[in-house]
Amino acid sequence: MATLQTRASARLMMTPAVVLLLLWMAVPLGMTLYFSMLRYNLLMPGMEEWAGLLNYRFFLTDPAFFTALANTLLLVGGVLLISVGGGIMMALLLDQPFFGQGLVRLMVIAPFFVMPTVSALVWKNMLMHPVNGLFAWIARTFGLQPVDWFAEAPLLSIVLIVSWQWLPFATLILLTALQSLDSEQKEAAEMDGAGAVSRFIHIVLPHMARAITVVVLIETIFLLSVFAEILVTTNGGPGIQTTTITYLVYVQALLQFDVGGASAGGIVAVVLANIVAIFLIRLIGKNLD
Amino acid sequence: MARAVSTRTKLSFTILGWLVGFLIFFPILWTVLTSFKTEGTAIATPPQFLFFAWTAENYIEVNARSDYFKHFANSVIISVGSTLLGLLIAIPAAWAMAFSPTKRTKDVLLWMLSTKMLPAVGVLVPIYLIFRDSGLLDTRLGLTVVLTMTNLPIIVWMLYTYFREIPGDILEAARMDGASLAKEIVYVLTPMAIPGIASTLLLNIILAWNEAFWTLNLTAAKAAPLTAFIASYSSPEGLFWAKLSAASTLAIAPILILGWFSQRQLVRGLTFGAVK
Repeated sequence: MATLQTRASARLMMTPAVVLLLLWMAVPLGMTLYFSMLRYNLLMPGMEEWAGLLNYRFFLTDPAFFTALANTLLLVGGVLLISVGGGIMMALLLDQPFFGQGLVRLMVIAPFFVMPTVSALVWKNMLMHPVNGLFAWIARTFGLQPVDWFAEAPLLSIVLIVSWQWLPFATLILLTALQSLDSEQKEAAEMDGAGAVSRFIHIVLPHMARAITVVVLIETIFLLSVFAEILVTTNGGPGIQTTTITYLVYVQALLQFDVGGASAGGIVAVVLANIVAIFLIRLIGKNLD
Repeated sequence: MARAVSTRTKLSFTILGWLVGFLIFFPILWTVLTSFKTEGTAIATPPQFLFFAWTAENYIEVNARSDYFKHFANSVIISVGSTLLGLLIAIPAAWAMAFSPTKRTKDVLLWMLSTKMLPAVGVLVPIYLIFRDSGLLDTRLGLTVVLTMTNLPIIVWMLYTYFREIPGDILEAARMDGASLAKEIVYVLTPMAIPGIASTLLLNIILAWNEAFWTLNLTAAKAAPLTAFIASYSSPEGLFWAKLSAASTLAIAPILILGWFSQRQLVRGLTFGAVK
């Protein structure tokens, strides 16, 4: 039913969005790519010179890079494990009929709406503080030595905080998927004598598979750029124990003013994210048809 | 046919459910409770749970620092502004793609989504330098523009998935009945599109309100929204738990309520309808 005229006006209507996004993507990314091949430090203006792939060599052979890469993978992997595993259990629980289900559901998804800087500060000071924190009090109540979270297990602490924020997201998506499961199918299996465990493995889990994939991919995209939680709690430390790729690039760019090195790091981060994004785009693209 | 559940099973799930819900909600509850304590009670050991002298002085003090309102206003302006600007650009585009799709529409949509996958840190350096050189650093306008661009793909996608569900037949029927284009848009299209637009608006205000990477890196004192302002409490001299809690409660309350109202749209919006 599209005529030539409507097609032309459709193209016109799309132009602003397409052009703006193209500019937003191409211009800074092109600049990052260009800077990444310069020796360029903001503290030495006018000294820029061509460096080729030297920045990449420095960035990729920097021992900090491997720590940052490992930290990034541990952070993303740890949070995924906790939020998806916990999310499945939470979804199964919330799917059972009980009194006040609606209210519990609201309580469970609430952390997702808490801004990252608030949750980082609340966890760091009021819960994990080694002297006045609530966890320390609980430990002492049981006669245990309080844990100094950010000194003894800094990365784990950040994983816990970020997991708390993302568990609700996983729960919400998985619960939605679970509720779309045909209950007759479950009942039929029950009549055939399938136990709760085999019903879960053979019916519920396959039904949730797509939702789990979606959660994993979307969370990965967001978790690769976790920043505020690290800045507010540990500043990447102690040492570089909680420095991720994102944080490492931030330090090089805005604290050390090393534009060249930071840009090379930025490109590395882009490549990493793209590997994940390809899978996500395929999955969602399939859903479009 | 609902399955018959014994009262005992239901009761045990009630206890388990509330216990787990309470544990997950606890940090938020604790923040709200602490915001009503004096600084001394806030750090008291053993912790005071409910039986303390409640006081509103933290809220009064947080508000007395007029900067708090400035940052609150920054948050409102930036999140609402970037969402409205995004809608203005996205509505025509999503409209066109949903109602006169071509072979390339799908590719354009996927390409738009791929820009969202670009990690912010990959473009941090150039954006920072462009902003520094053009005086956009630490301005509400600059941050609004950045957040518009980062959320634009999501806005286009959400609107597209909503618009696509509006049946084209109804439009055709209206046209057959002799409705003019203007009437078609006002009486037929708009009422069906409003819920989708409203959900998109809500979700994007939430996302922009909580966005922290760009706000922390591109603003300082003047244009800092609440995300960045709260971060300033992380310095040791700013460590006042009760006041931090009051400021935090004020910062998260509006978005928490908005989020609760839009939880269904959230699932759809964030997964682009991939999970139903």
